[in-house]
Amino acid sequence: MLVAPGDDLGSSSDLEPGHGVIVVDGRLKAVKQGRTTNDGKQIGIQPRRTAYVPRPSDLVIGCVEGMTNNIWFLDIGAPFNAILPLSLGPAKGSFGGLRTVMDVGDTVLCRIQEVEENHSSVATMKGMGLRKLKSGIVESVDPHLLGRVIGSKGSNLASLKEETDTRITVADNGRIWIDGDVDGISAAREKLLEMMETAKVSEYRGDE
Amino acid sequence: MGGYGDVQMIDENGLRMDGRKPEDCRPIQIETGVIPVADGSARVIWGKNEVIAAVYGPMEAHPRKIQRQDRAVLDVRYNMAPFSTSDRIRPGFNRRSREISKVTAEALESVVLLELYPRSKIRVEIEIICAEAGTRCAGITAASVALAHAGIPMTDLVVSVASGKVNDVVVCDLNKEEDNYGEADLPMGILPNTGELVFLQMDGDLSQEEFKTAWDYNMEAAAKIHEEMARALKGGEA
Repeated sequence: MLVAPGDDLGSSSDLEPGHGVIVVDGRLKAVKQGRTTNDGKQIGIQPRRTAYVPRPSDLVIGCVEGMTNNIWFLDIGAPFNAILPLSLGPAKGSFGGLRTVMDVGDTVLCRIQEVEENHSSVATMKGMGLRKLKSGIVESVDPHLLGRVIGSKGSNLASLKEETDTRITVADNGRIWIDGDVDGISAAREKLLEMMETAKVSEYRGDE
Repeated sequence: MGGYGDVQMIDENGLRMDGRKPEDCRPIQIETGVIPVADGSARVIWGKNEVIAAVYGPMEAHPRKIQRQDRAVLDVRYNMAPFSTSDRIRPGFNRRSREISKVTAEALESVVLLELYPRSKIRVEIEIICAEAGTRCAGITAASVALAHAGIPMTDLVVSVASGKVNDVVVCDLNKEEDNYGEADLPMGILPNTGELVFLQMDGDLSQEEFKTAWDYNMEAAAKIHEEMARALKGGEA
């Protein structure tokens, strides 16, 4: 069922409120636009659009937006930039010499280490496979549609990699890194965008 | 309000200049997703009014001094395009657009769950493309649809509609002539699901009974407009 903010979703004695649902005077109320999901216990809303909100241990693709002597500022697609301190960055960085390691505009694969109460986050590049991305392209999709890109047990993603002969990394902030030869990248990108288009249509034109 | 009380705007059958009955609203059309690069957007065509609202955010609030540690701030900008009326409007902020931006922000603040996004800003841009009285109401209505379309959590939509008085008759949803030569104007911002009020202004004089009638007209019109808003949000673009 499609809902708009303020819509009444029944009594709170029958169901628990999930994502995008609040309880007001014993009634469930939608606070987002989207499609309801109901598993018999909990009623939630699959929203049309979500802003990415970082959580600790999320794998993200960030873009360097600026730096000080010992901190990089990364755009991770969230309302706030993440900080990447020198101590958590690539090994060869030195105080004052950050620009020689990663400059403005560079793209990095990193992990969220910590999220503070005020939503600012700290990223880290210490960990397996976390590095600066030097080839390939980055495509963005809505974070709530990532499940569709990956498919059940990674099936969609595996077949996409196989068909186009590319390496694909899906980050939790909705950015997808595709690497391979030029034809493979453009084929993968086309398939991905097509997948997103059908995902959006099935969400809104589906079972009404 | 224009002081031309003798202009005849209601005919002997009780119909208005454009053929509406006193309680009738102008036709309204709402669509979402009109600005593809925005996080959320809506177009409202209400009579001859045309309004576009776009929402960006939540994003980091700049300059820093406007940040609130416990909630987001709503940065609303209402603007009339220079070509929106027959008299060219000088571009840029003026006293009137500042006032409307402020009251719109205050009306929307009461429904948006701002405390979920501390230190951030949600930018709401309202642009009047074509103006024919009641643009602040159309602007608030468009902004609330655009906010919902952007996925911003809010407890309800805000429907705004005005009633007024012309030739001593209370009428709903004034058109340009009625607004210019009428005696009073009462714009209201209504939460359609609860019937609560988040915005009220009054220009001119209304007696207690007239105020009550105008109130009832606004409430009835709000229910109809809300149907159109919900239709736009639920059945709109993919």
